[in-house]
Amino acid sequence: AEVEETLKRIQAHKGVIATIVINAEGIPIRTTLDNSTTVQYAGLLHQLTMKARSTVRDIDPQNDLTFLRIRSKKHEIMVAPDKEYLLIVIQNPCE
Amino acid sequence: GHPEIFPLVFTTKTQEIFNCRVDEDVTEENCFKLIKKEDIIQDLKTRATISDFHPVKKVVLEYPGEELLVVFDAKFQYGQNFYFVASEEAKENLLKPPETAEEKEEEEEEEEEENGEETLEVHPYKPPVHKPWISLGSEKEVEEESVKDTVTKIKYMISRVRRKFGAPITFADKNASNVKDSYVECTSYQDKTFSIKMLEKDVGIQMVPKVREASTQTKWAYPKNAATQYFPRQLSNEEKEESQSSEKLKEFLTSVHLRMEIALQQNEIMNAFFDDWKALAEDESSSGGKPDVYLKAYQSFTDLHHLRDRTISCVCWHPTIYGIIAASARKRLSYEEQVNLCDKSLLHQSVILFWSFFDPIHPQLILECPEDIYCFQFSPSDPNIIAGGCINGQVVLWDISQHEEKLQNAKTVADGVKETAVNMVNASVLNILQYIYPSLTQVQQSSTEPPLVRYYAVSSIEYSHKKPVTDIHWLPDYFEDDRVGATSENRAEICVQLVTCSPDSSVLFWDIPATKLPEQPSSEKVKEKKVFYMPPDVPDTFKHLDLCWKPLTKINLCESDTNREYSPIRISLRELHYHYKTSEKVQSVNTLEVPAKESPYREMSTPSSKNLKGLENISTDFSVGTEVSENNRLLMKMLIQDIQKTEQLNNRKHTQKYAIHTETINTLQRSPFFKDIILSIGGRNFAIWKEGVTNGPILQSSCSAGRYTAGQWSLTRPGVFFIGRDDGNIDIWDLLKKTHEISHFQNISESMITFISPWIASAKQHFLAVSDDLGVLHVLEICQTLSDPSRNEHANVLDYFEREVKYLKYCEQEFQEHQEFQ
Repeated sequence: AEVEETLKRIQAHKGVIATIVINAEGIPIRTTLDNSTTVQYAGLLHQLTMKARSTVRDIDPQNDLTFLRIRSKKHEIMVAPDKEYLLIVIQNPCE
Repeated sequence: GHPEIFPLVFTTKTQEIFNCRVDEDVTEENCFKLIKKEDIIQDLKTRATISDFHPVKKVVLEYPGEELLVVFDAKFQYGQNFYFVASEEAKENLLKPPETAEEKEEEEEEEEEENGEETLEVHPYKPPVHKPWISLGSEKEVEEESVKDTVTKIKYMISRVRRKFGAPITFADKNASNVKDSYVECTSYQDKTFSIKMLEKDVGIQMVPKVREASTQTKWAYPKNAATQYFPRQLSNEEKEESQSSEKLKEFLTSVHLRMEIALQQNEIMNAFFDDWKALAEDESSSGGKPDVYLKAYQSFTDLHHLRDRTISCVCWHPTIYGIIAASARKRLSYEEQVNLCDKSLLHQSVILFWSFFDPIHPQLILECPEDIYCFQFSPSDPNIIAGGCINGQVVLWDISQHEEKLQNAKTVADGVKETAVNMVNASVLNILQYIYPSLTQVQQSSTEPPLVRYYAVSSIEYSHKKPVTDIHWLPDYFEDDRVGATSENRAEICVQLVTCSPDSSVLFWDIPATKLPEQPSSEKVKEKKVFYMPPDVPDTFKHLDLCWKPLTKINLCESDTNREYSPIRISLRELHYHYKTSEKVQSVNTLEVPAKESPYREMSTPSSKNLKGLENISTDFSVGTEVSENNRLLMKMLIQDIQKTEQLNNRKHTQKYAIHTETINTLQRSPFFKDIILSIGGRNFAIWKEGVTNGPILQSSCSAGRYTAGQWSLTRPGVFFIGRDDGNIDIWDLLKKTHEISHFQNISESMITFISPWIASAKQHFLAVSDDLGVLHVLEICQTLSDPSRNEHANVLDYFEREVKYLKYCEQEFQEHQEFQ
């Protein structure tokens, strides 16, 4: 369906290692990783996104979090939050 | 005031009438004017109310005298410019005093202008008139403030008879004891009649809070250990399906994917965190001046006792324990003898020695071998299992798990601290004695003596190779390869298969029945389709295999059409994901590349696995480097089908043969970084091949002065490899620097180098083990420049290879065109 298409498109980008979709409670719905890693990523990133969002809104209640990027030595984790879901993409930047 | 003075205003008309015009008739000095009363009355009658005398009409009428005095008041003393004197007496007074000065001149009461002789008009001195004092109430104040006696003063008069004054005094004695306390005094006492009662007192008050002490007792809770166990929530499959098809998810993805794609693209376009400064430094070091390239001698091991007249045939590092290296020794044979190897029974004991960095003098462990070992390998899954190939074609297995601990504690042994208390005293003594009395060491069973481990299993002679086993490899453990890392294994992580090759033109596959695998049932063997019979049931040791061990499969490397037999010397396996047992996730480590022959690519599923999952995605191609019996050294590739279909076993496609090397290939190794790049070394040159490129090697070196006898890729740098020569030199080739000649060479020993083995002991320590013909094992430390890859080295080397491939293609094209042209 469209869902598949969109996810495939994202997955097909250069350097993308994994894609995870989790719901508002942090339970993974869709993933390309194995289960244990997915669950770990989901739990940790869900909490971090909540924290980041509350930080942004504390500073300015009119504001809201739109995107979260974590750059590490090995790769980059990108989180796109929404009201009900969370899209997590892990990419290895070109170098 | 002066009640008889009436100030008047004289208008000009009036002044004319009465001739008292200002400054003409009347001046400041002559200010008196006497005016007849009748004239005034007449004026009054004529002018009535407008007459100036009107306000004083009554006074004028009552005036007793005949003439009235009008005085010009130049200074407006009384408020107007004239004033009218109303009484005779005042008139007289006014006139007279000024006239007293002028008495002599005017005594008349005629209307005369006064002379200005008297310049000053002095008021006549009036002595103060005594007036009655009017009280304004001040005497009351005075009275209040004055002090008066309220009480009459008391008077006392004290008198005394006169005769008492000056009378003589008589003293009398008094006994002190009569008086209480022997003390007489006149005490003072408070007489209440004189005390003043205080009726009023100023007192200060301060408020303070009430302080009260109180205490409570709490219950002491002693600490208790508590634990929680949790597992992550997961959705069931139905729920997942449901949520995946929900509308909300679609909306979410539509709204989100744009952001994500932007971010992904950003990353693809450029690396925002690229550190230019750092990159500059690295580029400089590689392009700029000559860096210091060297192999630092770290240690060298030799054992006179065991290695006399022997050469080291193979060197292997212990995969897990740091600092343990094993070397196999065999009899030094001349070149001719080497070529025509036959099974020689050697009297001298063949051994594999284990060395530790911490004890350069004593080998840690000695493995007893039935014959000279040509090559051996540690099992990747269990470093305590060692497989070796003998010079007579047999395959030998050892199990050193009992001594694993000793090897791990090799450091403590070297320091002289013994594990057993009993030998505490003997240890150091024995060390010394070992040199003085060599025989003692053979007798003593102390822990200084490296333990002798007997081989556990030897293959059966009739089913082994006929010629020396020149190469032995453990087959990798197959698993499903994920991008992130293998987590789903389909079997126990044990390598249980071996492949050996020998110049008798056969490649044998061996299967080791699991000795320590508790879960491996023997029923698995049934699934295996073998050409030959498999060893019997699962035992506890390999003992049962002794002399009964038969290979799993045998591949004859014969060309069916020409009937030419090829003698494989080295095997190189393609997929070499060895997992050394670590606690964390499985890591793939490249095998220690013993030069191997290239065998055809084939798909294989190891029969000893539990679940025979289809492993089509893994290719188990291997290449074989051969020595053809007719002095044609060839490099051969073959393609073998799935081993399970044994009927197709002979259906092999020979793809390519290359005759590049002049002598036996002694090294055939895949690059640890590129799966399809193979280095082959033999004779006087080496060649680099790429799989799939069938025209020829992508790089071929020119003939060198000395023979190349050993070689290995560097484990850390993609473009570097080491070659050992027969004059004891190590040549270091760096493909990124120079491809036509060596970049560095270093002399290690005087004799021929027999084996090279690099190893990464830690991030900072990279070692190169070099063994030579004299039986000495040198361990060298690779310097930083040789061990640290430069930034894009991988990409650069890959680039280089691709360029070479293109060049080859181009050459081929040219050649073909040339051919066509002709």
